[in-house]
Amino acid sequence: MQTFPLTLILGQQPLWLRRFRVAAVSMADREERRFAEVSRDSVKLMAESVGVELGDDVAALLAEDVCYRLREATQSSSQFTRHAKRRKLTVEDFNRALRWSNVEAVCGFGAQDALPFRPVKEGELFFIEDRDINLVELALATNIPKGCAETLVRVNVSYLDGKGNLEPQGTVPTAVQSLSDDLLKYYQQITRAILGEDPHLMKVALLDLQSNSKIAALLPYFVYVISGVKSVSHDLEQLNRLLHMVKSLVQNPNLYLGSYVRSLVSSVMYCILEPLAASINPLNDHWTLRDYAALLLSHIFWTHGDLVSGLYHQILLSLQKVLSDPVRPLCTHYGAVVGLHALGWKAVERVLFPHLPAYWANLQAVLDDYSVSNAQVKADGHKVYGAILVAVERLLKMKALSLAQPAEGGSSSQPGSAVGYRVSSPGLSPPPEPLSEAALGIASHLQAGGAGCPWEEWTPVPLPAMYCELYSFFGDSLAVRFSTGPGFGSYPPCPPSQLADTRKEPCGPTSNPDTARKMPQLTANLNVSPRQDGSPRTDPPPPSLAATGSGRSLARSSSSSSSSVQRSKSSSSRPGQRVAGPSRDVFPKARFTSPQTGLPVFTFLIGGRQMGRRCQGRRPFQTTFAPTPPIPAVPPRAYAHKLPVIGRVGKPVRRWACSHYSLHLPL
Amino acid sequence: MAAVQGGPVDAVEEKDIKSEPSNDGCGNNSTNDGRPPSTSPGSSASAGSNTSAAGPPEDQQTLLAVLQFLKKNKLTESVNILRREAGLPEDSLDLKVGGDSGAGSGGAPGDGKTEGGDASSLLSRVTTASSAVAPALTKVVAEDQPDVNVVLSAYSQQGDPKLYPVYYSGLKRFIESVLDCHRAELSQVFYPLFVHMYLELVYNNLESEAKAFFDKFSGDQECYYADDLRVLSSLSKREHMRGNETLLDFRTSKFVLRISRDSYQLLKRHLQERQNNQIWNIIQEHLYIDIFDGMPRSKSQIDTMSGSLAGEGKREANKAKVYYGLLKEPEIELPLDDEDEEAENEEGKPKKKKPKKDNMGSKSKKQDPNSPAQTRIPLPELKDSDKLDKIMYMKEATKRIRLGPDNLPSICFYSFLNAYQGLTAVDFTDDSSLIAGGYADSTVRVWSVTPKKLRRVKSAADLNLIDKESDDVLERIMDEKTSSESKILYGHGGPVYGISFSPDRNYLLSSSEDGTVRLWSLQTFTCLVGYKGHNYPVWDTHFSPHGYYFVSGGHDRVARLWATDHYQPLRIFSGHLADVTCTRFHPNSNYLATGSSDRTIRLWDVLNGNCVRIFTGHKGPIHALAFSPNGKFLASGATDSRVLLWDIGHGLMIGELKGHTDSIYSLRFSRDGEILASGSMDNTVRLWNATKAFDDLETDDFTAATGHVHLQDNSQELLLGTYLSKSTPVIHLHFTRRNLLLAAGAYNP
Repeated sequence: MQTFPLTLILGQQPLWLRRFRVAAVSMADREERRFAEVSRDSVKLMAESVGVELGDDVAALLAEDVCYRLREATQSSSQFTRHAKRRKLTVEDFNRALRWSNVEAVCGFGAQDALPFRPVKEGELFFIEDRDINLVELALATNIPKGCAETLVRVNVSYLDGKGNLEPQGTVPTAVQSLSDDLLKYYQQITRAILGEDPHLMKVALLDLQSNSKIAALLPYFVYVISGVKSVSHDLEQLNRLLHMVKSLVQNPNLYLGSYVRSLVSSVMYCILEPLAASINPLNDHWTLRDYAALLLSHIFWTHGDLVSGLYHQILLSLQKVLSDPVRPLCTHYGAVVGLHALGWKAVERVLFPHLPAYWANLQAVLDDYSVSNAQVKADGHKVYGAILVAVERLLKMKALSLAQPAEGGSSSQPGSAVGYRVSSPGLSPPPEPLSEAALGIASHLQAGGAGCPWEEWTPVPLPAMYCELYSFFGDSLAVRFSTGPGFGSYPPCPPSQLADTRKEPCGPTSNPDTARKMPQLTANLNVSPRQDGSPRTDPPPPSLAATGSGRSLARSSSSSSSSVQRSKSSSSRPGQRVAGPSRDVFPKARFTSPQTGLPVFTFLIGGRQMGRRCQGRRPFQTTFAPTPPIPAVPPRAYAHKLPVIGRVGKPVRRWACSHYSLHLPL
Repeated sequence: MAAVQGGPVDAVEEKDIKSEPSNDGCGNNSTNDGRPPSTSPGSSASAGSNTSAAGPPEDQQTLLAVLQFLKKNKLTESVNILRREAGLPEDSLDLKVGGDSGAGSGGAPGDGKTEGGDASSLLSRVTTASSAVAPALTKVVAEDQPDVNVVLSAYSQQGDPKLYPVYYSGLKRFIESVLDCHRAELSQVFYPLFVHMYLELVYNNLESEAKAFFDKFSGDQECYYADDLRVLSSLSKREHMRGNETLLDFRTSKFVLRISRDSYQLLKRHLQERQNNQIWNIIQEHLYIDIFDGMPRSKSQIDTMSGSLAGEGKREANKAKVYYGLLKEPEIELPLDDEDEEAENEEGKPKKKKPKKDNMGSKSKKQDPNSPAQTRIPLPELKDSDKLDKIMYMKEATKRIRLGPDNLPSICFYSFLNAYQGLTAVDFTDDSSLIAGGYADSTVRVWSVTPKKLRRVKSAADLNLIDKESDDVLERIMDEKTSSESKILYGHGGPVYGISFSPDRNYLLSSSEDGTVRLWSLQTFTCLVGYKGHNYPVWDTHFSPHGYYFVSGGHDRVARLWATDHYQPLRIFSGHLADVTCTRFHPNSNYLATGSSDRTIRLWDVLNGNCVRIFTGHKGPIHALAFSPNGKFLASGATDSRVLLWDIGHGLMIGELKGHTDSIYSLRFSRDGEILASGSMDNTVRLWNATKAFDDLETDDFTAATGHVHLQDNSQELLLGTYLSKSTPVIHLHFTRRNLLLAAGAYNP
């Protein structure tokens, strides 16, 4: 009864006192620091950010009080840690302490991974990197994270009668086991065999690495060995072997790579992108290595990409960086292009295509320089040219196909089919994790790479425009492949209803005769190409390379025999393309019909929605685009006469039978 | 935290809480129609009269203090209002203070109080009156009821605080110069003195002086005060003092020191010679010096007992008689043949009923003098199912393995795998058939450890269809469809910090950060009751070994006694100066022990809500408690990674078990009490020879009135084994009825 007014009266007191004290306490400079302190500048800055101007003395007082309150909250949060019987203080503990002292909790820091704390280059400003999360992507994600096992209770008799230890004391569950002697021996034997001289031994070792189920504990060690690529960049052979090791590890179904994927990818990327010491000598066939590494990259990515979040964009970012850096040697550009190619046509469309105009100028300069001193560089330039051509051609083809799909399927659509063939041929679809367009938001940091169009504002260029632009670069050498399509049915895609009238007119009919005309030219060119000498024939893929092929087939679920990886071969096989036409016909069908039938219902839904949006967006554009026929005529096919040879050449014809597949494979 | 957010205001409220429990207890005695403790009218009545006598004067004292403050600040309006509402005559104010406070502080020297005087002197007298420590008055139990005026004006008018460093070093010099035997004892003064001087400096806005003072002398303090010093050092402004619990504790409670008479005289003489009133004032105002006759204690003796937030327990606090003996087991006839249980049990039932009545009559044949009366606390009657369980228990007990140093128990480890949501508490049923885990994601999960799956009772509609006369009705009521190995109980709104099974396995209690304790039915796997009252995180809860009652303790610094069928607490046990971190019932259900982060353990009498034991000696928050099966001893484990053993009857520390390297979260005695198992965050289970620890003690003559323990460091001899888990902190231990040790924890790689 009496306490009520009493509390009320008392309640006024602290407020009154507080005001008095704030006014009375003089600002004191503190020299020593017993604790981490929030500086007065920070307080000022924060005040400014909400539009309040603070005097020095007020800021100092506030800073001091903030420090104290922080310490107090930290101290009281420790009891939550204690009672949760943990050793580590979590954000959640701190928030609980805040909540119980009637302070608003700090949201957004509960993530398991630590948020990176970064400085801004100019000025002493630090910030926590906080990426946007695309909710659509999260909501529609179909890859359910692995490893959310149910909480269990398991019992084991640890000590019988207090002495008989059934297991050595202090052992930890198998996942974190330390190495047993046997494992150690295995590790030594395997590494010795793989890096050793005997090719047969190496083959056996790689095969075992591919299937052994008991080597989980060794994984970090192998990953470490593989990360040694950087120290052997002069030795193609060793690099090759290490890549094969990666391949084997990736293929081993018993291994859970987890975050080691990142490390493996970085090793592989090294082989793709770095100006390896080995590439100084033009006789070294580092091109093959890069091709192989790119293939491997795509394989890792399609099979294990979901283990590491944001991997796709990190890869794209680094590829883009390399591509946009004119200082880097051409071989690294080549790597970037094949890398993009390996990641699928969407990556090419996203990164390479927008970047092409800028890059073209550089490449052109190289190719136009006929001086002797430039011969080597020029040869490299041809390599890049070829790689770009292959990538771009598939881009066109796939894009046409994906456009055709909605028209044919009615309810299906481009992204829909993309989702669809993730199942059967992942190499062609966007990565599972950044679901097609949904990826836009994530990649904000990709802009840092500079080139190309800004990531967010990226809008898919309509096929006709794209084709025309590309045609302006490549001229007929591009059309060669594109327009053969309709004839053989591999490019029936642009359905008469939508596209044919607008796009085909300009390029289709006109280019077809071109094809016929250029083709021999191409072969001829091929024969005289300096590349022919430059590229050694070392590429008989070592036995394990066959494994590579099968690995890809694993990804593509078709053609188990497609052994050759090198696009180089594919270029040389171009003349045979027409012959291969019918078989090529099989491919698209296999690709696009099966997913359609077997497509999960929800992907149709997603696809349908996006399709609707997309198509409506395109159609008006295409109608306006209709009067473009002159375009193909606009730029002279400046480079048609110096068609480069793609990759290495000189493969015996008998190989074409298998190698021509590689034209249509992701790589 | 928030409990003391508002500074002085809350302090007043808190006092209200603190004076509440005893009143509350009395109130419940009369209202709770018999079930809860009301059977001992004599003692409860006396307890009631004590508190009611102490209550009003206490209030008036507070009122006066407030009035005084208002007056001083010229808030005449408020003064008038308050006076009117409280019904205090204006003129008789001063006289009343003297008289009432004399009576109120329970026998504090009342001399020289009635003389008038100005307000401030009167105020300070109220403080000193209750704390005036005269050597002859060691018996005075000054309740640690904090005075309002201490809160309001404690540090304001005490001479020149700037001279504190001089005074302090003067005292330091003096103490360093005295004889060795006195030095250790007198050194105890340093820490409280240091703290109060520092606080006073801060309070007077002498920030830089305070900092210099701290830097100069903090190094001298005992290492086990490091945590408090850290809190102290972070505080440098007067405003900061307001919301800080630790400081409030210092200012509102007296730091208790035990000093021999000789040492005390020495100190007193020195201070008087030097005319050092400053220090003397602080000692008088903020310290309680418990003086004993006899040999001064040694440094190690002092160190074993000190370390708590407010000094040692007063000896008087541990003088009350504690009936630590066990209750007599109801005599149930054991079926002779335990070969085919089913048949026997069916026959056994009718047999039991008859002898039962006889037992009641013949119960008084041999009563252990240390046991409480059978009906001291009303306990629920045994149901048939309880009797069956008792029979099972006895059968199991006959197969129990006799443990000893040469016969150590086997250990089974229950690992909680994939407990990403954070395992915070574990409990086993007494018969080890169920295990439950409390999680930081607010869920409680129950597993069946036996092959018998967990089943829910059918819905009401389905139950109606059942033939209630059939023999297997108990089987029929279960819904086979719900059978599963584990069940998840949803309901809490915050991490679950404590769980406890009822002895009959029908209920499960869980206490949570959301401030509630929930009672769950293990028949329907639903929540039956949410007990609200703590309002702050509830750190622990424990069912009485006889069921029906349970205790909970939390961040609000009180432990509460509840009965499952009352939504309000029956008792509130207040006295701890910081969070109550763990709670345990005594095996005879008449007492309960609470451990706190003020680093003390208190034993409370369930009957009257009194604190009957205060154990000090731990140097960190206490997180584990265990009573020995015979009820005589208590073991406690804390974050200081030590286990301490206590004799409840004598109120003494009787052992210190060192060996763990991290916080101890679980303690358990074997069924016969020979072995003590302790589990810790250091991923080990350690077994200790409890028999030896207690037997060694019997030879000592610790019954001597001084109560000064001298512990030999024999941890290594007592340690029977150290057993590592698989990188898993041990957060619960349990001995099965056959003495198999079960340990539990969550494996988090």
